[in-house]
Amino acid sequence: MSVRELELDLDAFEGPFDLLLTLVLREELPLAEVDVAGIVLAFVERLAEREELDLDACGEFLVLVAALLELKARGLFAGEAELEDLEPGEAAEELARRLEEYRRIKGAAEWLAERLASERDRFFRLGPAPLAPRGERRLAQQDPASLVALLEALVAEPPEVSLAHLELRFPPVSRFLEQFRAVLGRRHRFDFDHEVAGLTRVEQAVAFLALLELRRAGEITLEQAAPFAPIRVSREVVEEEVAWNVRSA
Amino acid sequence: MERPLRLIQANPLDSLARTIEALLVVASQPLTVDALVEACADEAERVETALGLLGERYREGRSGIVLEQVAGGWAFRASREAAEACGRLFERPVERNLSHAALETLAVVAYLGPCSRPEIARWRGVAVDSVVAGLVERGLIAEAGRGDLGAVRYRVTPLFERVFGLESLAALPRLDDFGGDAEQLRGRLETLAERRPA
Repeated sequence: MSVRELELDLDAFEGPFDLLLTLVLREELPLAEVDVAGIVLAFVERLAEREELDLDACGEFLVLVAALLELKARGLFAGEAELEDLEPGEAAEELARRLEEYRRIKGAAEWLAERLASERDRFFRLGPAPLAPRGERRLAQQDPASLVALLEALVAEPPEVSLAHLELRFPPVSRFLEQFRAVLGRRHRFDFDHEVAGLTRVEQAVAFLALLELRRAGEITLEQAAPFAPIRVSREVVEEEVAWNVRSA
Repeated sequence: MERPLRLIQANPLDSLARTIEALLVVASQPLTVDALVEACADEAERVETALGLLGERYREGRSGIVLEQVAGGWAFRASREAAEACGRLFERPVERNLSHAALETLAVVAYLGPCSRPEIARWRGVAVDSVVAGLVERGLIAEAGRGDLGAVRYRVTPLFERVFGLESLAALPRLDDFGGDAEQLRGRLETLAERRPA
């Protein structure tokens, strides 16, 4: 019978005794959580299953459990240095006192268990806290006239909100057709950006539409060296004259 | 044959008793006499008398609802004869599967509280963190400030008194009554100590 292979089923641990010892020694399992009495009970049950008394196993078990108990006691009363200085008689007295206290608590727990059993047929309503805290808000004395003034301010009609800034106004394309034709009547070419400088974005967009309209009608030629570069607008006739000059040369 | 007109004198406390009855039906925890006095806007003496009337009306064997004095107040509960039917329909989550460790911890807190987890552990000889957390979750104990060293202290709640059917904590038996044969134990330990080599 191997003590170390003793299978344990405790609240804090389930597995072989050997593993429990390893975990405790590595401080991965707090010994305070371990119910040593449960270990003893498991061992005694195992012993009872066997016909012969294994004295070696009992001896080994006693040594191990004694060591565990000492470790646990030191862990539980770590802060009580005064206990270490006690004489044997005083220590026994202290231990007796504590055992006595524990016995009382154990008795009280048993009484509670009996009480619970006897009250098992009492059913009552359970619910969340039903009594809402009562907030007593006491307002200071108020002047009725000032309250009226405040209420008047609240019920006054608000000023009408202007939506003018949201309105888009499109000038007629014809305006820019005329403007560009007039410019080309005076000059052979012009820069589009220069002509529309100072106009709104909407007006610039309409002016560009007018430009495309003129290009579609074949009245002008458009040049742009690169994307976003200035757009140069030339009269179509002038371009033809240049072309003729080049060819004739 | 004409029968003489009988004037039935209504109890002047009937109206108050009906109001208290209504308050107790709505409440899901025991109501103290002070709370009833305030809610009814009446005198304490009259409220107590009305409670007496209600207690007579709602008692075991007479009604399915029983008025009881519990957890420092008054509350309705189901009569014991209806317990079996109640048990088929309703769960008892607070006291279900209360372990021995939980009962010992409850005993420590009930008798010696408010006390902290290290104090409870010292009494019980094992760590009690998970047991305390479980009791808090059940609502049987609750935080009650902090001790000198900053540890959270716990006390039992009115729900504890109600679950265990206690009028108040004063209804618990005296802790000394659970002492048992302490002298004999002390004597045995002293004998052991004397045998121990110095």
